[in-house]
Amino acid sequence: MTADDTIFALSSGQPPAAIGIVRISGPQAANALVGLAGNLPEPRVGTLCNITNKVNDELLDQALCLWFPGPNSATGEDLAEIHCHGGRAVIRAIEAALEQMDRLRKAEPGEFTRRAFTHGKMDLAEAEGLSDLLFAETELQRKAAVRNAGGALSRKVDDWQQRILQLSAQIEAELDFSDEEDVAPAQTAVLQQAAQSLVEDMRNLLARPRAEKLRDGIRVVLGGPPNSGKSTLLNALVEREAAIVSDIAGTTRDVIEVPIALGGVPFLFVDTAGVRESGAETIEQIGIDRAHQQFAAADIILWLGEEGQGPSADNLVEISSRSDHPEYRPKGAGSFPLSPVSGKGMDALVDYLVTRAKDILPDADQVSVNARQAERLSVASNSLSAMIGEPDYLILAEHLRMARKALDEITGRASTEDMLDGLFGQFCIGK
Amino acid sequence: MGRGMTRKFDIIVVGGGHAGCEAAAVAARMGVSTALVSFTRDSIGAMSCNPAIGGLGKGHLVREVDAFDGLIGRAADAAAIHYRMLNLSKGTAVQGPRVQADRKLYKAAIHRMLDAQDDLTIIEGEVASLILNDSRVSGIRMADDSEIHAEAVILATGTFLNGKLFRGEETVAGGRTGEAASVALGQQIRDAGLPIARLKTGTPPRLDGRTINWAVLPEQPSDDDGWTMSPLSKGRTVPQTFCAVSRTTVETHDIIRGSLDRSPLFSGAIDAQGPRYCPSIEDKIHRFADRDSHQVFLEPEGLATDLVYPNGISTSLPADVQLAFVRTMEGLEQAEILVPGYAVEYDHIDPRALDRSLKVRDLEGLYCAGQINGTTGYEEAAAQGLIAGLGAACAVQGKDAPTLDRGTSYMAVMIDDLVLQGVTEPYRMLTARAEYRLRLRADNASTRLTPIAMEAGCVAPERAEWFGERQRTRGAIVKALNVVYGSEDLAKVGVEVRRDGTRQSLFDWLRFPNISIAALQQMEELEACLQDSAPDLVAEIEEDARYAPYLERQESELRDLRANEQIGLGDDLDYAVIAGLSNEMVERLTTARPDTLAAASRIRGITPAALAAILVHARRRDTRNMAA
Repeated sequence: MTADDTIFALSSGQPPAAIGIVRISGPQAANALVGLAGNLPEPRVGTLCNITNKVNDELLDQALCLWFPGPNSATGEDLAEIHCHGGRAVIRAIEAALEQMDRLRKAEPGEFTRRAFTHGKMDLAEAEGLSDLLFAETELQRKAAVRNAGGALSRKVDDWQQRILQLSAQIEAELDFSDEEDVAPAQTAVLQQAAQSLVEDMRNLLARPRAEKLRDGIRVVLGGPPNSGKSTLLNALVEREAAIVSDIAGTTRDVIEVPIALGGVPFLFVDTAGVRESGAETIEQIGIDRAHQQFAAADIILWLGEEGQGPSADNLVEISSRSDHPEYRPKGAGSFPLSPVSGKGMDALVDYLVTRAKDILPDADQVSVNARQAERLSVASNSLSAMIGEPDYLILAEHLRMARKALDEITGRASTEDMLDGLFGQFCIGK
Repeated sequence: MGRGMTRKFDIIVVGGGHAGCEAAAVAARMGVSTALVSFTRDSIGAMSCNPAIGGLGKGHLVREVDAFDGLIGRAADAAAIHYRMLNLSKGTAVQGPRVQADRKLYKAAIHRMLDAQDDLTIIEGEVASLILNDSRVSGIRMADDSEIHAEAVILATGTFLNGKLFRGEETVAGGRTGEAASVALGQQIRDAGLPIARLKTGTPPRLDGRTINWAVLPEQPSDDDGWTMSPLSKGRTVPQTFCAVSRTTVETHDIIRGSLDRSPLFSGAIDAQGPRYCPSIEDKIHRFADRDSHQVFLEPEGLATDLVYPNGISTSLPADVQLAFVRTMEGLEQAEILVPGYAVEYDHIDPRALDRSLKVRDLEGLYCAGQINGTTGYEEAAAQGLIAGLGAACAVQGKDAPTLDRGTSYMAVMIDDLVLQGVTEPYRMLTARAEYRLRLRADNASTRLTPIAMEAGCVAPERAEWFGERQRTRGAIVKALNVVYGSEDLAKVGVEVRRDGTRQSLFDWLRFPNISIAALQQMEELEACLQDSAPDLVAEIEEDARYAPYLERQESELRDLRANEQIGLGDDLDYAVIAGLSNEMVERLTTARPDTLAAASRIRGITPAALAAILVHARRRDTRNMAA
């Protein structure tokens, strides 16, 4: 795999949808577009074209085509976009036609973003925001991703960097120019107060739900003994056959994950192997261990087993499944009686899930961070909080350097010279 | 020497300032035949600016040059009339040893060491031009038409290239008062296509010490504990004197403000960039208008001279204004000026044209060291002289020069900054420039660098012997400190610790601020090896222990850095064809030509995105080259 290849992929959400956007990026983008549309549209002007498969002259779709010659494109390379109808068959046909072309291949996940980043089209924080955007399949996700890609996180980090640079400048002035005039001794207490306020700001951001939650979805784990109807419920929720449904207890041996949007909120439904306390075969035992791990990682647990027999957790919801079953026994207050087969009770459950999810997800109007960014921010915030109570200027300066370095790794900017600029701007230095 | 005569050496050093002397001396120490060429023998080893050596960051450089058996540390001790350890209240990593040096004694010490050095010849005369064959420098042509041939020429000509003095409305060509400028040599360097830029610097007026009323001024006495710049110096041999501090007044500021139109800095006659950390007094008053007073340090220039250097009032105002404002300060009411201050504008080479041994990349055999590379300060010059001399001598001997990186020395920090970032103002060493400064202390320069210097073959037997002895003592102390003791044991010898049963090595116990090696000396292992071991060695080991957790963390940072240093970019990467790099990045990268990915990452404004693109491009080129 090399960066010389021309790549293509559906860059809009999963079909079916109103439209589908197929992106082609790389040196062959123009040829590929000509191959499908017959000619190259005027750059950056949407043009309606007949998309045909050259091999058999079959008309695939009528679509809006866009041509962005590099480097003035989202990826920095030659880039073509085909806005076609969003049915599965149409998209599959266009992708198949592209695949047949020379030197074209399907993009790896995130590869468009990587190319944009490699060509200097965005900084690291923006790139991560955009990669989330590419994953975004729901409105909530899109809002949050747009905030990061628009530089909201970069702006916040910039602000922190500036504040840290000011602190560094004060300490460095004290360290490097204390013998020269007019450097007022830095007030350790004032510095530490400023560090403390930075720490609080960073912790506030860190305390927010992670950006990945928007991308990966709310984890809803279905639990209960074998044959308690988990797979049936899952299928009803996703409205398609995702899990194997059978009457033999223990069919779902592994964990099945199904992403789906309900009411504009991303969910990841997880079907576990049936939880049985004894008698499991070895392979099933592994599945049961995984189920317990899944409970621990769940945002919401839907428990289909005996009332009160599920894992003790605040986020557990009792489900009285199979309300249409002859042996049905309803559970107590707060539980959801439902019949996946008839669909009875399903709407109430979905409403409940969507309401709960909104508390768990980051507010789409706020900046949020992903795990990598959170890790660097934690380093910065820990370095700054280590300044509290430290009397040694040298160590204070070292903590500030570590904090600067960690933030530089989020936005990718070097800073020793910036710090010196701050220092010389602030103090009249020099004999 | 006369017309038509030709002589031959391995290395020629042009210029006898701090850079030139160190360059010539280190090459000769390595057994390479070396000529040091200077206008006059007498000007070799002159301190042309302020009478101080060392200071914050600069003291580190002095100790590092000294660790390579250089001259500046020992010469400073031989001339020191005032010692001061700056930042004494802070960690040793930022303590800066500084002395006031008697000019005469300093020069005499340098001459003594150069005269005693084998393989070193001093040649008096004016250099007319370089002998250039294609892109190779093979020697120099003197003003009397004689030639000196060599495999390498090191230019250490200071501010002499197209120097121009400014004092009020007067301008004079010349590097310093009374000396001719090397206009021809400067022109030749321009013609050879080397990138040249202009900088300025300045000096204050020199006062007659007999006309200063010292009695009314606060004194700064010399430090009384007996430290020296070089561990090889045997104590302090020169009588100690004191400095004094005066201040500018509102009246001083009024006079200067009223005369700004007569300053070449403000009339537009000088447009070169001066140093931000050493502004002229007119600059300070203009830029920081809210301040009504600035400190002025009165530093005696020597024992046998009445010259006093008023540090803090560098100026290019006319002489009459200088006298008027000087006399508005306390203690200086009757002061006489012996030499008025002036500003000097000069050419320097953009150091991004140099490699890490300070060799001009595109001219075989030519090296540049010192102020010619856009730096300021004796110490910065001396360190570059050492690096260039070492590099040239290694090249002559056909071996690799030792590798120094930002984790091993201030010298390497400076060289790395110069060859990658270039300069926008005269470059001065600051501890803030050294990311790994907790490791790079003035007090451990020998430990860090003398082994490297010995390996390179530039350490004379006297220092080698001293260092060997020191390492043996260090080994014994470190071994003793590795013994594990419990809190009860420490309490028994009178050390206050919480008796919580903690057991750890004495080295780890030293992390507690109240525990010193002295406090532990009753521990039987230590007692034996501490007898008559140098106190500076003990202090160095204590400091290692105190900062150990931070040193370990920096160690892992350095491992990452060194891994990226392994990714070579080569000299011929065409940055213009890498998609996505901004024009500014392409220009910076093309000028600096970073040798590794780590070096590229340190160039200002290079983003991780740019680095990824550079890496991809370099890899692709390597694959293509391999396939070809």
